[in-house]
Amino acid sequence: MHIVVQEKEESALYEKDGEKYFVVDGHVHFWDASPENRNKYGEGFINCFYDYHKNLSPEEWVWPKEKYDKYSEEDMMHDLFETGYVDVAIFQPTYLTEFFPHGFNTTAQNAILKEKYPDKFILNGSFDPREGVQGLEQFEELVDKYDLKGVKLYTAEWKGDSRGWKLSDHSATRYLEKCVELGVKNIHVHKGPTIWPLNRDAFDVADVDEAASNFPDLNFIVEHVGLPRLEDFCWIGVQEPNVYGGLAVAIPFIHTRRHYFTKVMGELLYWLGEDRLLFGSDYAIWSPKWLVEEFVDLQMPESDEFEDFSELTPEIKRKILGLNAAKLYDMEVPEELRVEHAGTGPAVTEKPGADLPT
Amino acid sequence: MTVDEARVLGALSGVRDPELDEPITELGFVSDLEIEGEAANIRLRLPTYFCAPNFAYLMVAEAREAALSVPGIDRASVFLEEHFASEELNTGVNSGGGFDGAFPRETEGPDLEELRTIFRRKSFVSRQERLCRTLLSEELSPKELAAMRLGEIAPSQDLEKYLERRKELGLDTSEEAPLVVDPDGNRVPEEAVIEHLRFAKTVRVSIEGNAGLCRGLLDVRYGGARGVGQKEKEATL
Repeated sequence: MHIVVQEKEESALYEKDGEKYFVVDGHVHFWDASPENRNKYGEGFINCFYDYHKNLSPEEWVWPKEKYDKYSEEDMMHDLFETGYVDVAIFQPTYLTEFFPHGFNTTAQNAILKEKYPDKFILNGSFDPREGVQGLEQFEELVDKYDLKGVKLYTAEWKGDSRGWKLSDHSATRYLEKCVELGVKNIHVHKGPTIWPLNRDAFDVADVDEAASNFPDLNFIVEHVGLPRLEDFCWIGVQEPNVYGGLAVAIPFIHTRRHYFTKVMGELLYWLGEDRLLFGSDYAIWSPKWLVEEFVDLQMPESDEFEDFSELTPEIKRKILGLNAAKLYDMEVPEELRVEHAGTGPAVTEKPGADLPT
Repeated sequence: MTVDEARVLGALSGVRDPELDEPITELGFVSDLEIEGEAANIRLRLPTYFCAPNFAYLMVAEAREAALSVPGIDRASVFLEEHFASEELNTGVNSGGGFDGAFPRETEGPDLEELRTIFRRKSFVSRQERLCRTLLSEELSPKELAAMRLGEIAPSQDLEKYLERRKELGLDTSEEAPLVVDPDGNRVPEEAVIEHLRFAKTVRVSIEGNAGLCRGLLDVRYGGARGVGQKEKEATL
């Protein structure tokens, strides 16, 4: 298939109402969930992803399932860079080899596009502390090979009889020490719904709290802002200055459930502030074009329920859409958009209302 | 719907999703209900294939208990559809082996009681915030709120739900008891009320948002087919 596309003007930034935005999509995938590369769990997994896609996307953005199973390089380049306003995208690998024999989207799979379009992508790696000493060596090789600055960790990943792991596990600590040693400073964490022990809350982010305290030189980006445990995430975010929130999965609510999304943004700005939130589409679950457009247009409604939320200014949106991620990954930002990072976020304090739930 | 079905359905409406704090019937999780003589056969469905197995277990187990609590029902089986752990859950619940029995080597510590308590506390905090928000909008100050006792509050659905959650945690629900207390029942002092409610609001936004997402996913997964006892869809936005 050949797609004719209009070349995006060199360095043209997304512009609306006289405001320009440098867009870093902090969370993208180039996955293979085709029937040849999945078992029954893989099928359940991609069906679940597809339901997320259908549930929150504008109608014209819903793909046929076959395309969703495995899309092309052309689709991805087009949706992100040609029409999606993205300047740089960060690959967040998800291996899931127990569900997808060749991997769902591994670092090596993503590296093919990174090598082809070096200025467009940032490649992240991953590790699994259950792989022990041998895994530690392999991780070091991976980092050296691709010059990685970040990892994406999926604590709910199955492995043999195990249904997950925690950042506070002793074995994980050794890997985090290795990250410090190798200069891999951005730790993206995704909480998923099946984890050991099964009788505890699988979405609990307490282990991130512990790791963030123990490794102040690493940045912990909690993907999906801890959803469905927004309150637990805000709770640790207010205490740990090196905890960030990735907006992937939260931001698509902007279309069908705008009121709810605005409340979530209000909570995040109240507790974490504007300097610690990162835009992400989670492509191909959602596409950046409509997310960027709707986010730039978003305003806090004027009603009592929103009275303690700050105004969503273009400055705040610029930081969230790209400048915060650019800072974490030392990216070159167009000169006209460089700003001092002195946000209005709250100072890091003691736990709010220390009598409250856990 | 027969009288027996209606009675079993009524019992099922007392089972709630521990995480979303709403009845499974209203969430559309009951996909089928059949009564054959003294036996109830119930089928449940969830928004995703990977919904947390611990919450799923609680709902399946409580649905079975609820059905068995109906006079005239002596046997009940509950079948959870299309879940990655359907087999373990269905066998575990219907054989009475408990959650630990259903997932040998996968759990740690006492069964699911601790998890259930965490979410009962969250639910309590959220309900309290909802009630207090209404009172504040009626021109009461946080200071007045801090001094209020349960007996001084006008009856409402929000109050009823709050008291229900409060009772569940074993806290004082007498007319003399203070309105604003933490999940351990300690009175929140006047100077801490605003901060207390501010965080409670985050808890409420989180729970309500999750419920919205789960409804949406269930709807998409089952093509909008309504669950047994589920009311007409409400507009969401």
